[in-house]
Amino acid sequence: MKVCLTLSPKTQLKGVERSMAYLEIRNVNKWFGNFHVLKNINETVEKGEVLVICGPSGSGKSTLIRCVNRLEEIDKGEILFEGKSIHDPSVDINNLRAEIGIVFQQFNLYPHLTVLKNITLAPIKVRKMPKDQAESIALELLERVGIKDQAHKYPAELSGGQQQRVAIARALAMKPKVMLFDEPTSALDPEMINEVLNVMKDLARDGMTMLCVTHEMGFAREVADRVIFMDQGEILERGTPEHFFTNPTHERTKAFLKEIL
Amino acid sequence: MHWEVVWNNMDYFLIGAYPEGPLGGLAMGILLAIGGIFGAFWLGLFFGLMRISSKPWLKYPAMVYIEIVRGTPLLMVIFWFYFLAPILLGHTLPEATSALISFIVFTSAYIAEIVRAGILALPKGQMEAARGTGLNHFQAMRYIILPQALRNMIPSFVNQFVSLTKDTSLAYIIGVNELTRAATQVNNRTLIAPTEIFLTIAVLYFIVCYVLTSFSRRLEKHLARYQARGR
Repeated sequence: MKVCLTLSPKTQLKGVERSMAYLEIRNVNKWFGNFHVLKNINETVEKGEVLVICGPSGSGKSTLIRCVNRLEEIDKGEILFEGKSIHDPSVDINNLRAEIGIVFQQFNLYPHLTVLKNITLAPIKVRKMPKDQAESIALELLERVGIKDQAHKYPAELSGGQQQRVAIARALAMKPKVMLFDEPTSALDPEMINEVLNVMKDLARDGMTMLCVTHEMGFAREVADRVIFMDQGEILERGTPEHFFTNPTHERTKAFLKEIL
Repeated sequence: MHWEVVWNNMDYFLIGAYPEGPLGGLAMGILLAIGGIFGAFWLGLFFGLMRISSKPWLKYPAMVYIEIVRGTPLLMVIFWFYFLAPILLGHTLPEATSALISFIVFTSAYIAEIVRAGILALPKGQMEAARGTGLNHFQAMRYIILPQALRNMIPSFVNQFVSLTKDTSLAYIIGVNELTRAATQVNNRTLIAPTEIFLTIAVLYFIVCYVLTSFSRRLEKHLARYQARGR
């Protein structure tokens, strides 16, 4: 098994306890036409770990996490979840997606449904949960993200930050094992970023396994177990937030950090 | 001027010989248009969904169907069904049925394109969000994509309906007793008032279509308000 050189103490311990990585990305390659968007990506994520992926736009970071729930298909390599290839023909792709929640930059709430229905739709249709139960879970989640009073409004009546918190609640309603965040705060007005980050921090503290594409370096510093830096389809730097912010080795990482900090 | 000819035959223009005889006139035209649009909606939805499929065995037959029908005059489609039905079915179809099938087939190709455009106009993120929570393709279409897309398509559907209402006049050619044919019959019988008769039916067509388009305009305004709130 491949072992990263710069694992945090926490993950090393878990690595010893478990022989198998929770989520493993092996030699993943992807092309968009002639554009080589992911080049030999290798990465492992342990259960409960928070991995922050950063890098300039076009570096392939969003594509990488979208490959994890197969919103994008890879061309070469393999992704294993709980030791099993997600590309195996026996894998039910809808089941896989139900277990790996995703939150998008543009929220992508359903504008024709109320907040409550946005959240209960998938549990009712995919998990075959009774409506009452789905609604009580949805209200609990809305309370957790701090907008229970908005349950019967339509997405357009909410602020951006509130919409993104609904989107997080919608993903959590499926009780996923892993959460993917694709630049969740990039489309938000500055004053709304923190309300979303706080929800994500809570999730991280509760032990959710998270892969976050984000430029929020404060968030990375505070809750990430590891940070990886991608550029032009490659992982150039990986390490603890401590290492990443204070002692980056790669020139392009240094240049990137200088840009955004 | 001989407006009394028009006046005496107004019943016949509006409802044909009904209730003593068969229904005809404007009522027949409207029935054909309503039947046509309903049939064409389902058939068009079916072909439209096939057309946007990524599976070649669904996509290409739909493309061929849409292109052939759109590249053929409606009059030709009406003739086709009228003359082909006896060969295919072994017996003739009533003229009105034959015309109705032609209208459904013809309009469905246009509806299919409206459906395709309506679905493609939605942000890609809607489908991704739906699939991302584990809904399958069919569920995502049924609960997320179509409810939004169909609402946006309503003005185009009304347009198609207006267009079809006028086109029912073409059923005249195979002997369906709709408004245009009723007018021709009365004109041939009386011979003294062609101007009055054809002016009258033009006005009748206009009234029906005007009611529909003003309804469509109001609907568009209403939907625009919905969308403005929805953005």
